[in-house]
This record gives sequence, C-alpha cells and structure tokens, in this order.
Amino acid sequence: MSVDGQSVTGPEETTNVRAAGSPQSLREAQSLREAQALRKAVVVGGNRIPFARTGGAYTKSSNQDMLTAALDGLIARFGLQDERIGEVAAGAVLKHSRDFNLTREAVLGSALSAETPAYDLQQACATGLETVLGLGNKIRLGQIQSAIAGGVDSASDAPIAVSEGLREVLLDLNRAKALPQRLQILARLRPKDLAPDAPNTGEPRTGLSMGEHQALTTAQWKITRQAQDELAYNSHRNLAAAYEAGFFDDLLTPYRGLSRDSNLRADTTLEKLASLKPVFGRNLGSEATMTAGNSTPLTDGASTVLLASEEWADQHGLPKLATVLDGEAAAVDFVHGKDGLLMAPAFAVPRLLARNGLTLDDIDFFEIHEAFAGTVLSTLAAWEDEEFGRTRLGLDGAFGKVDRARLNVNGSSLAAGHPFAATGGRIVASLAKMLHAKGTVDGRPALGLISVCAAGGQGVVALLEAH
Amino acid sequence: MTDTYTRLVSKGLGRDVAKKLGLPQPAVLRRYEPGQPLISGPVLVEGSSPGADALAAQLLEWDLDVRRHAVPKERLGAIVLVLDDLESPADLEQPVLTAAPSLRDLAPNGRVVTVSRASDGATPAAAAVRQGVDGLLRSLAKELRAGATGNGIVLAEDVSATSPAALGALSFFLSGRSAFVDGQFVRIGSTAGRLPADADKPLAGKVAVVTGAARGIGAAIARTLHRDGATVVVVDIPTAGDHLADVANEVRGTALQLDVSRDDAGQRIIDHAVGRHGHLDIVVHNAGITRDKLLVNMDHGRWSSVIGVNIAAQLRINEELLASEHFRSAPRIVSVASTSGIAGNRGQTNYAASKGGVIGMVRATAPLLAERGGSINAVAPGFIETEMTARIPFATREVARRLNSLQQGGRPEDVAEAIAFLASDAAGGISGEVLRVCGQNLVGA
Repeated sequence: MSVDGQSVTGPEETTNVRAAGSPQSLREAQSLREAQALRKAVVVGGNRIPFARTGGAYTKSSNQDMLTAALDGLIARFGLQDERIGEVAAGAVLKHSRDFNLTREAVLGSALSAETPAYDLQQACATGLETVLGLGNKIRLGQIQSAIAGGVDSASDAPIAVSEGLREVLLDLNRAKALPQRLQILARLRPKDLAPDAPNTGEPRTGLSMGEHQALTTAQWKITRQAQDELAYNSHRNLAAAYEAGFFDDLLTPYRGLSRDSNLRADTTLEKLASLKPVFGRNLGSEATMTAGNSTPLTDGASTVLLASEEWADQHGLPKLATVLDGEAAAVDFVHGKDGLLMAPAFAVPRLLARNGLTLDDIDFFEIHEAFAGTVLSTLAAWEDEEFGRTRLGLDGAFGKVDRARLNVNGSSLAAGHPFAATGGRIVASLAKMLHAKGTVDGRPALGLISVCAAGGQGVVALLEAH
Repeated sequence: MTDTYTRLVSKGLGRDVAKKLGLPQPAVLRRYEPGQPLISGPVLVEGSSPGADALAAQLLEWDLDVRRHAVPKERLGAIVLVLDDLESPADLEQPVLTAAPSLRDLAPNGRVVTVSRASDGATPAAAAVRQGVDGLLRSLAKELRAGATGNGIVLAEDVSATSPAALGALSFFLSGRSAFVDGQFVRIGSTAGRLPADADKPLAGKVAVVTGAARGIGAAIARTLHRDGATVVVVDIPTAGDHLADVANEVRGTALQLDVSRDDAGQRIIDHAVGRHGHLDIVVHNAGITRDKLLVNMDHGRWSSVIGVNIAAQLRINEELLASEHFRSAPRIVSVASTSGIAGNRGQTNYAASKGGVIGMVRATAPLLAERGGSINAVAPGFIETEMTARIPFATREVARRLNSLQQGGRPEDVAEAIAFLASDAAGGISGEVLRVCGQNLVGA
C-alpha cells in the first residue's frame, strides 16, 4: 500500500499501524468502535528549557529554535529518535507570520521521524494546556497512540509589524504595474507610517493592559499587598527548593548557558518584595498593590509533554506518570465589567469538579498559574465568597477553600516566569511527576488540578490523576 | 583541536623540510572504520611453538595473508612474535633475531605483536625470559616509525594463544582500533570470552551506560559503543543536559541527567537502563573532573570534589551494580583512569590519587565480577586532543603531545576504541587490567 509514493509500511510505522488492540479488518474495526470504551491518555513525561527573562539568555533565539530545543531534549530523554509520533501540537502567542507552520517546522528540525504530523494551536496563555487536552482526547478516542503537546513564546524575538499605512502602500505597490503608478503610490507615504507597530499585552476591546485589568480585580476582591507578596515569596522559595532537590533533573534540559529559570530569586525576602514600588493600578483611587515582584515578567521559553496510550507507553518501556482525566474551558464578559479579565477559571473549575463528582477537598495538588499573585488570590477569594457562590456559580453557598499547603508546591509562574504558550506544558509535566510520586491517597489515586487564565477573558482548567 | 603540525609534515614540502631539520615526523595514524580489513598486507608469524602454529592457522581463517617465513623485500602488514614457550633468557635470541630483519619491511602503520607467558609462578629462568619480553617489546616499540606500533599479549598459565580473549586482543592490536595504543601489554587471565559473530558489531544487543558522556572522551565513547552495535544510555550532570541530549539523539540512545556522586546514582542508572531498554550489560565510568592545585595550596573543596566524583562515585555505583539482579549476565565495567594516576603529574595530587584509586579498585573488583562471568578493566589515556587539553598554553601543549613514540596526541576516539574492546565479550578473559592509550608516553612507562 502506498500513497503518493510514501510508504505506509516503514519500520517505525509498524508499531503505529499494528499497535496493540488494532483491528485487522473493517468488520473488526466497526465492532471495536461500538464496544470500545475510551482509552486512557497518560503523561509519560516532559521537557522544557529553562525560562529566561526577556532580553536575557534567549534574546537571539526564535520560537522555532526554542521549541526545537525543547523537543530534542524530550526525544533524548525518552529515546524517540526517528519515531513517528501520532501528532505534535504546540503554539505561540507572539508569533511571526512566517511561523505559520511553527510546530511542523520544529518537528522537521528535530530528531523525530520527518513523517510525524504536527499542527499549531493558539489560545493565548492557555495554548499549552489546550494542546494537552486536545491531543489527550485524540488518544482517548484511539485516533492516535502517542502525542507531544507543547508551547513556546519569545517576548525578546517578538514580531514587529509595519503600520497599517505602510502596509497598504506596500501591498498596492506590489500590485502596481508601471513606474508612474508606483511613484504615485509611494507619494502617499507619511512619516508617521514608518513607525513600527510593536505587540503589546493590551486587550483590544478595552485598551487596558493585562496588569491594569488585574489591578481592577485585585482591588475588587480586596487582596492585600502583603498577601500578594507572600504568594510571590512562596513561589520563589518553593521553586528554589525544587531545584535543590533535583526535582527538575528529568523535566528540564539546559539551553544557551541557562540551567535554571533566570527569573528565580532564591534569596528573595518578604522585605525585599515589600520594598518594590507598585506598577499597576496606580490610578484606581484605592492603594496600588501590584509590583514587579508579585507580577510575572515577560519571559522566553518552551515546553513539551509526551502523551501516550497505556499500550504505547508499555511497548516503548516508558513510564506512565499520570492520566489526563478531563478539561474545561470558560470565558467571562470582562468587556462590560461583569467579571475580571482573568477570572474565567473561577467558573471553569467548579464546572469541571462538579462533572467529575469532586470538590476542592478531593484535590491533592493545585496548580494555579500565577499570572499575577492577585489573579490566584482573587480566584481563591471568589471561591470562598458566599455571594459569588450563590449568585454567580448557582451553588448554595461558597464553592470552597483551597488548602494553601497544596498550592503550587514546587513554585509557579511568579518565580519560573511565564512564556505564555509554554506555561501549560511546564505545569502538566511537573504535576504529573508530583502525582506519580504521591501515588495513592486514602486508597485512591492522587488528584491534581490545573488552572490557567488567558487573555480575552478566557480560562482553561484540567484534572490529572496519578497513574 | 586538530594537530596542524602533523598534517603539515605528513606530505610534500613540509615532510622534506622536517626531515632535513631532524624535526619530529608524526604519522597520520590508521584508524578503524566499519568494513575495514583487520590489516592490509601479509602477516609474518614468527615462532615455532604449537601456539605459533595455532595462531597462524587462526589468522588464515580470518582471511589474512599469513607468512611463516619472511620473504625478503616483501612489505609486511604485521609481525606476530609468538614467544609462549621460552624457558630461559637464552631462548629469546633465535626467534627475535630471525624476525629482526623483517622490521625493515614493516609497512607504515604496521603492527608488531608479541605473544608471551606471564612471569608470575614461573621458575627463575623462565620468569627472567618472560619479563625480558617486556623490556624487549617496549624498546622495540620505540624503534618503530611511520605510525607502526608494538604491543604484547601476556598469557596466564593454562591459557592458550588461541583462547578467545587472546584472539580478541590480537585482532584489537592488529586493527586500526588500537591506533594510539603503543608499547603496552594486556594480560589474558582466563579462557573466558567469546569472539563476536559480526566483527563490525561486537556489541550488538548490549545495553551500555556511559557516564560523563556530554562531551569529549565520553561523547566519543558513546558514539563508538553505538557504532559497535550497543544501545547506549548517556549520563551527565543536569547542567550539561543540552550537550548530553545532542549526543543521545546522535547515537539514538537515551539521556539521563544525573550527578553520579549522588547516593542513589547506581540505582537510578539501573532503573533507567532496565526500565527503558530491558537489561544492563556494560557500564563505562568516564565521568571525571580536575581541580588542579599544588598540594601545598590544596583545599578541602578541590580535594573532596575530585575524590568524590572520580573514585568514590565509581565505588558506590559498582556496589549497587554488584548487588543488582540485573547485572549478572557477563557484565562488563570499564573505568577511565589516567596516566597521571600511574606516573603522577605536578599540580594533580588530588586527581592522581583518584585515578590511582581507580586502578586499585579495578584490580580488587575483578574477582567479584568473575563470579558473575563478568570483567572490569581500566583505560588510562595519555595526552588526548580534547577541549580540555586545547586550553593548555601552546608551547606546553606542543611539548606534551610530542612526548610519546607516535609523536602526537591521541584522539577521544582512540580512548573510546580501547574501552569498546574491553567492554566486548571478546575481551572476556581480560579483567583487573589497565590498558594505556598514550602512544607510549615517555613518562610513567
């Protein structure tokens, strides 16, 4: 059998085409489809490069460079050279137009089989987590046996667009046929058209930056400066301790001279954090509480996660750390001020847990992405709020309380940094390793919850279970 | 890292000028590539013992052009001097002087290999002649030119010249795999071992772990073991992980980011190899560090880190390996020692102590591995062209790399070849030995 001259019976394909439980005939396939329950999608492991503050070690690295490096580290860790993976999905938030096929190009530059398909995905900061959920679902449906999810972002190597004026002139110029026509078009150019159009983190519909949006929410939920600084302090302390314990030895591969996240301040103190000047929310009338210390900086980096069916992991002698149980997305109407920009997870998590018959008390590890300390604390405050529970979540009272001892125990984005699309992969791989180490709690597998807020008033959350 | 001088004087005007001025004229060495014949040109087997006859018959079986008597003016690929039946010093003259004129006909990159008996336990006269071969060979090796080398195989009592490891060693010495091994002996202690089914894939089906594999000699070892058919697990400290990943992907193996001086290093190595690849057959202890300082200025940090990584870690990992049920089927350990550990080196008391320690450990561990049908050996590199030696100041480096019989530095691949040989089943009868890869360095001979 061959399609367009491409062999479909190559050696590495044998494992995929004739995988365990694969049907041998059309009839068998039909009966299998009817009888088969969903498979399990397991997290085998992950790899990321250390995250670097923008303008630092990765200034000269493109998204494709970093994603390829993260992939190659994953391939080396799990011996995936020349392997045809079912599918690779990754994405970037800040993306050059030339990177229209970013993930596939990274695959082609990696040690994977060139016959590994790939697609790009983009859902702002939830990109990484959404690739895990999407690919996990394909594995659960039996469409693929293995997958690599991931994400990358560079704020250093960000695309800069030309102004709308210059862009129109250039396009018209390209269409013009004669010299006089060209000169006429060029004459339309004005000096202001030459100013480049740099990307920013502002919301298109409000013009407010993400930090200013969060400042509104932080003030609304009356989150104190001290509480935010404490969360930031814990993030640094926990991440530093995780590095010291060797937690990242099999989760991270050094890159460009970095072997730890460059934003990590192992020696930071509450006093130091308290001394920083507020940068967001200075015009709100109330006291400004958000500083560079309790907000994530712009960061460069990439992460990947290897997902598989149980059969594929077993055939390849690879570990099964955790199962991807379920995921949920939510969005809020921040444009009209109904909810804060980054509050969507406050709605997604209750829906996800309800669907799985769980409460916050059942969760052993909470991984709530620290876009800002205020984001995490506003979300926790909303869940503890009786009125929010009744009026917004439709519950009898407050949704519940998160045991802070189970929150971001190996640090999170405030310390590690946050290369937008790479954060999901960082969290999934770390959480899977933690769950695997924890094993069972009271006779049931340990449970982990991931929550990632995203631009556009969105949020994606996921549930993982120790394998 | 390239030795420009060697290239310059190997041909044309450079060669003529160097010759006129009496400058060193290092040869471009013949190095092994898969598919290459063992040696090109006839092999003269000198000696009249039954061992000599058996060896000659074996070489014929390897499709080599074998001579039992020299043909005048015929270019020889190698001379094998079989001296396994000598009983007193007077017995040495006849075979040696018979072979002597043929040295003139030895081709560039030719080989001289002696096969003799170990002197321990022999009568005084027999011990004298057997130890005499040692001095003879080492001197002869210094007389050879144009990339030719001389090495010896020493047979223990009850081990024949055609035992598996003797043949394994002979084929190693004849081939380009031993390019930078000169003036050395290997002792065949037992009849253990097995010649490979495929001479180009002697490690087929084996799972090998190489520590310190992110760069330099370690990376070369990983490549060589992979070339010889092994599945390779490369290990290095987490901060070297990016280079390690490149090596892993190149050799189609797996990377394990691990500090070998951690208490659980041995267990993690076993778990990774067995979990991912099903078994563990070969461990190469290559990870090592230098923290040079004159002893008078030595401090705790420099001393303890070198001892910790270079020898304490190997001892601890070996203990775990020996206790493991997964390291029982003809397991092989090869450690990287150093000529510094044999001859000493100014500023390297800590390093030399650790590398001397490796040699002691290898000798003492050999009986423990023999119980499992395994072996443990060390390779002691001399001056090797690596990133590390490239940082030595020019003049010092230039002197250091010429101070051996081959008048050049070795390559990481040369060390890797010796390790791959000792890790193979063909070397099964060799254990507790130290093989130097130093081009017959003039210090610490």
